[in-house]
Amino acid sequence: MFISTAYAATTEAAKHGAEHGEKSGVFPPFDPSTFSSQLVWLAITFGFFYFFMARVALPRIGNILEDRRDRISQDLVEAQRLKEETDASIAAYEQELSEARHKAHVIGGEANDKARAVTDSEREKVEAELAESLEEAETRIGNIRDAAMAEVEVIASDTAEAIVNQLIGGKTTRAELAKAISLASR
Amino acid sequence: MANDPIHQFQITKLLPLDVNGVDLSFTNSSMFMVATVVLTSVFLLWSTGGRGLVPSRSQSLSEIAYEFVAGMLRDSAGSQGMKFFPFVFSLFMFILVANMFGMFPYFFTVTSHVIITVALALAVFLTVLIVGFGKHGFGFLKLFVPSGVPIAIMPLVVAIEVISFIARPISHSVRLFANMLAGHITLKVFAGFIVSMSTMGAVGVVGSLLPFAMTVGLTALEFLVAFLQAYVFTMLTCMYINDALHPGGH
Repeated sequence: MFISTAYAATTEAAKHGAEHGEKSGVFPPFDPSTFSSQLVWLAITFGFFYFFMARVALPRIGNILEDRRDRISQDLVEAQRLKEETDASIAAYEQELSEARHKAHVIGGEANDKARAVTDSEREKVEAELAESLEEAETRIGNIRDAAMAEVEVIASDTAEAIVNQLIGGKTTRAELAKAISLASR
Repeated sequence: MANDPIHQFQITKLLPLDVNGVDLSFTNSSMFMVATVVLTSVFLLWSTGGRGLVPSRSQSLSEIAYEFVAGMLRDSAGSQGMKFFPFVFSLFMFILVANMFGMFPYFFTVTSHVIITVALALAVFLTVLIVGFGKHGFGFLKLFVPSGVPIAIMPLVVAIEVISFIARPISHSVRLFANMLAGHITLKVFAGFIVSMSTMGAVGVVGSLLPFAMTVGLTALEFLVAFLQAYVFTMLTCMYINDALHPGGH
């Protein structure tokens, strides 16, 4: 059924072509009478197309592509430059940081030394003052003791005079007494 | 006659013109050639008008076409071949757009006429001959003498090479023409089945779904063929140009 309808279609086509065609019954693509017109119009249209492509369209697209390539490579170079700049500033920052750290260390050490020196001098001063007052105190003590010892001698002779006077009831002179005391304490 | 699968190839005169007995009429074929050229030119010009660093969609289409053809030519003919880039690009775009125009119902397919494809193939063939002999003189004949072939069978090989070289414009043109012609006829025949079967009652209407599915599939296939034949034609052109530039092989 398919085949019969298809066959009918083609035979009708052939008939139709014969009625309708410019040159009766020829399969249109092989109809030589149309060749000259087709060739001439192909030459005109394709010729125009070729020149338009060669002169206008292709240089234009080519330029666009080239511009883009240039721009991209330029941008890459710029990016590289910026990266180097960044690296350099990072290095500079790190160096500055380590310098600052070093400086801080030095300042700390200095402050420490100064503080220690101040403390030492203070202590020395205090110690000197202490030693001075100690000495003063010692001399005072010595004086007092000497005075006390002198008093003791006086008291001893007085007491001895009184005791002797009581015991022997006689009168002894102070000189004899002193002689006797110095003899006794010798 | 809706069912006539040949009718679509009929050339009709729109403006009859006769110069000294030579028919130069402006026909439907001429009209579609003009449409092909104008549409392509206008699109390429319009889409690249912005000259965008970041391309718009249409600009990227033009750039893709450019780089596609440029890559094809550079790969097969080397950087020397880029001299022929405008020619190869024009061929590719002309054939592609003409084939695609042919996919519209009621539109005429310029490339379904053998004289057009023969003319294009001969243009390529003559370019190859002129460039080949112009560049290498008789050295171009080295093309027919492959290296590394034993002397004994050399005459045979040379004969085969010469015949295949002469057959080039024929195969080059007939491939494109026959593909476009056969594809369009097949499409029309299957589409015709839908109409004739659906006149045969309910069974016919249901049965006509088969050729309908076939027509849908064939349409997709024809779009592929329309692109592929333009690609193949251009690819072969690139290879022939390579022969003209480097007849002794790379």
